[in-house]
Parts: sequence; structure tokens; C-alpha cells
Amino acid sequence: MIRRISVAILAVASLGLAGVLLLSWRRAIAPIEPPAPESFSAVSISNGESLAAAGHCASCHTRPGGQTFAGGYGVNTPFGIVYGTNITPDRKTGIGTWSLEAFVRAMREGVTREGSHLFPAFPYNAYTKLTDDDLGALYAYLMTRQPISATVPSNTVPFPLSVRALQEGWKILLFRSGRYQRNPSKSDEWNRGAYLAEALSDCSGCHTPRNSLGGEKARDAYAGAAIDGWIAPPLNQANPSPVPWTREELFTFLRTGASPLHGAAGATMTPVIRDALALPVVPDSDVRAIAIYFSDMNRADARAGGVETATREALASSAVAIGQQYDADADLYAGACIACHYNAEPVPLAARPELALNSALALSEPANFIQVVIKGVGSTDGAPGLVMPAYGSSLSDNEIARLAAYLRRTRTKYPPWSDLEKKVSAIRRESAASH
Amino acid sequence: MTTFNLNGRPVSAHSPDDAPLLWVIRDELGLTGTKFGCGIGFCGACTVHVEGRATRSCITPVSAVAGAKVTTIEGLDPAGKHPLQTAWLELQVPQCGYCQSGQIMQAATLLKDYPNPTDRDINAVMAGSVCRCMTYVRIRKAIKLAAARMREE
Repeated sequence: MIRRISVAILAVASLGLAGVLLLSWRRAIAPIEPPAPESFSAVSISNGESLAAAGHCASCHTRPGGQTFAGGYGVNTPFGIVYGTNITPDRKTGIGTWSLEAFVRAMREGVTREGSHLFPAFPYNAYTKLTDDDLGALYAYLMTRQPISATVPSNTVPFPLSVRALQEGWKILLFRSGRYQRNPSKSDEWNRGAYLAEALSDCSGCHTPRNSLGGEKARDAYAGAAIDGWIAPPLNQANPSPVPWTREELFTFLRTGASPLHGAAGATMTPVIRDALALPVVPDSDVRAIAIYFSDMNRADARAGGVETATREALASSAVAIGQQYDADADLYAGACIACHYNAEPVPLAARPELALNSALALSEPANFIQVVIKGVGSTDGAPGLVMPAYGSSLSDNEIARLAAYLRRTRTKYPPWSDLEKKVSAIRRESAASH
Repeated sequence: MTTFNLNGRPVSAHSPDDAPLLWVIRDELGLTGTKFGCGIGFCGACTVHVEGRATRSCITPVSAVAGAKVTTIEGLDPAGKHPLQTAWLELQVPQCGYCQSGQIMQAATLLKDYPNPTDRDINAVMAGSVCRCMTYVRIRKAIKLAAARMREE
């Protein structure tokens, strides 16, 4: 009996696998001669440039220090490293022989010109929502770049996950093709912001938690997620910052990399701002539209009246009576941090990131705080013109843990972080290994 | 290799990326006005400006200032006559003098942010700049004198 059941299970599984493999077949689209740059309109190319910037294509398709769009950036996924490909119009190593049809299919269905399935590290689940015109503009812009001959490293996704045909199964379970649907109850600006965030910039790719198959949990959209040892904070009502992310704060943050009432961008958000949303080719109106979309999502308007009070309370909680107490943790803070992070009342200065307002201290996990203390902030990260020393070479795990606990206790209303010292040492190990 | 701007001129550092900026400034580029104190960012002697803001150079990796403007005590004022420097001379602030370049660089950022600093502002912003000769009273006086003169200008 048991034998019969196992034979039956095996048979059904084999049939299912055969079905997926059968369904996975896609035709190759014939290669073309790379189109002449003159065949594209100047308007289309410049629209494409703006879209490619807002969509931060370069962040995954450019190796650190490498040539733009020539590929080679490693995206860390739970299944292995997937390398961004060369999307310059080079015939052999890029997309030079891809027709518009092939490009559109890749963007909307996640299939290469040759007919093999792309991994969802390439977020075609977002790009499927792009309009025909915008895909045409992106194609025009990419095909008129300088072709660069450059191959990228092989992905480290292990067998059998590396079998691309199996991606069909992922698509059946988790992918729905379809254009962006306007929300008629919202303004044009809101819809523009939603379109840019959902279809082009793929904000949910980092800010929405994923299930065990690597698909975004639709029910927890924008609830915040861990990425590369950092936390991409919640963008919905669950965002714990003391001051709400109003449209003005969001606009300043997305345009410049920092805002006075929240702090600076870090980690993988840096290229999304510095090399994308901060670029002059992206119009103010588009950045404002994204700000409007997310300020609505976190219900900032309902809390906007409390901004002044929250700011005042934050500054009061930061007041340290230098030399008038004996608190070893406060002394640690006064020795290492206060010279740059002190703010006089009534409003914090943008160049003096106010820790009592910073989301790094308000998040439920201390990862972002620990990362910044250990690594510091370089001239190309965070806010332009602000550099923070790397305290990883100066403070012990215990001292960083004490600082974290002290600031969490005195500057926020949230419960203490657990296992701080262990978390500091784990992040230190990981960052040492990645060098 | 890291390129940045030091006191108005472009420089290239060949030290490894994780070499402290202080090492590069003193040993590789030969400007010794900036001092080594504790080496762990807790005494302020190594303070320089990065993009006009006081930064502890002993624990800032040189790669972190790629493309940025770095200013040392030698470049704070072309003639060495920043209002803080003249106030320092006038009030004879230093005793041994070792911490003074760091103190002045930190105070310059303080006055940029708070042109009329209260004692509390001074205590907080200068808290990370230690003076073993205990010249703190004169440091505070000089900061206030410089602030008053800068407000008149």
C-alpha cells in the first residue's frame, strides 16, 4: 500500500514537473542588427534617460567602480548571488541584438531574447506595469548608449534552483502580468507617484517582506524588510519615526539623501537617491509625486499636527548634562557622538542628524544603528557633505551595545533591543568578511 | 588610490583604502599641524574639516573622503588669521598646545552652526575635545570672543 502511494505521489510530481517544463517553453525572438541611433527620436531618448534614472537601472546593472550599465553588480538573494547583466547595446555581451519586442517581453514577462527565464532578482513583476510608451523610451535610451563589451560573473544560485525553466513554477505561483491600473479615487499626482513607485522604481522590492519562495508578501506590503544586513524601514503606517514622513520630508529626503527631521539614507538606498532620484534629469514633479504617494500610505496628514511637539520632545530627550552626572553610558555618548549630534532647541540642523528623531533608533531591530556606528558614513553615502568616522575600529562590541541600549532607552519610547552585543559582533563579522 | 581636495588643492593618496585619513594627511601628504591623540576618536586632537564640518580623522578611512573637500588647521584661513586663531593668540589660550589645532577646528564648526553659542552649546559640541592642560576656561573665552567678532563682521 505504502509503495503504491509513493508510486502515485512520484507519478503526480513527475507529471507536475513535466507540465511546468512544458509550460516554461518560450520561443527565441530573432536577433536584429543593432538599430541606428538616428532611428530613435530625441524626445524618446531623453524620456528614457529620466525613466532609467528614476528606475535606478544602473544600481543593479553597474559593477562598483565599473562602466554604467555594463553589468556585474551582485544582488544578494537568499538563494545565491544574481549578477546584474550588461544592458549596453553590445552585440555579444549586451542587448545589442534585442528588438523592441524582445526588450518588452523581458521587462513584462521576465524572458530573455533567446527565450530563457530571468530570475526575479530582475523585478519584472514591477516592470510589467509600465506603459508601452515608457518601455519604448527606455529601449531608445539604452540602445543609444555606447556599447561596452563586458561579461559578468556566473550566478551562485545552486542546482536545481539554477534551472531557469523551473522559474515557470515561480511565475505560475507568484507573478501576474498586467499594466498599472489607475486609482480613480486619487489625484493625478498620487497616481503618478504610485505608478513610479510600483512600476518603475520597485520600492517594494526592498521595503516589503518576502515569503520562503522569495515572493513579496502582498498582505504586508511596505511593512519593512531586512536587506544586506540592514533594515529597509516600513513605508506604511507601521513606520516608527517620531515625526511622520510628510510629503515635504519625503521630498527632501528622496531628492537630497537626507531630511532634518529623519536623518540620512544609507546602504542600498544610497544609489537609489545619489545616482537616481537626486539627478537633475528626474523632474521635481516626479519626486514630489512619489512623496505624495508614500505620505498618503503612512497617513502622515493625520499626524502632521504633532510635528512640532514631537520635535520638541525629541530635542529635550537628547539634552545631556555634561559632567553633571555619573552615567558611564552618557559619558561614552558625550565622548564619541555629541560633538556632531548635539542640537540646540528649537529645531535640529540638517548637518547635525538628531538621533532622537532618527528611524535607526526607532526600528524594532538595531541593525541600521550598528551598521552606521561600525562603518561610518562615507562622502558618497547618505547626505552630501556629511562624513562620519568608522567607530568599528575604536569601540568594542560591548561599547557599541551600551551606546545602542542607552540611546534606545533615553531617546525613544520603544522597548529595549535584545541580544545587542551578539548582534554587534555578528554585523562586525559579516562586514569584515565582505571586505 | 583615493583622490580628494586638501586645503584647496587636489591630492591623490596611495595609502590603502582603510588607512586613517590622519595618517595620510601627516605621513603621506606631510601636513603635521593635525595631531595624533588617542587614535580612537575620543580626544579631538585629530579633528579636521570634511566639507566644512569637524571630523575625527584618526578613525575616518581615507576612502570615506573620496572626492570631498578636506581642510586642516593649515588651511582654515589663508593667512592663519581666522577669528578663532586671533582670539586664541590674544587670550594666550594654549599651555602645551598639543590639542589646540583640534580644538580650533571643532570650534569653527560650532560657530558655523551656532554663531552666538550658549555655555550649553559650547559644553556639548566641545565635549569630545580634551585638553590635558585644563585650558577649558580660556578656550570658552576665546570661542565667545571670536563669536562676537564674527557677528560684527
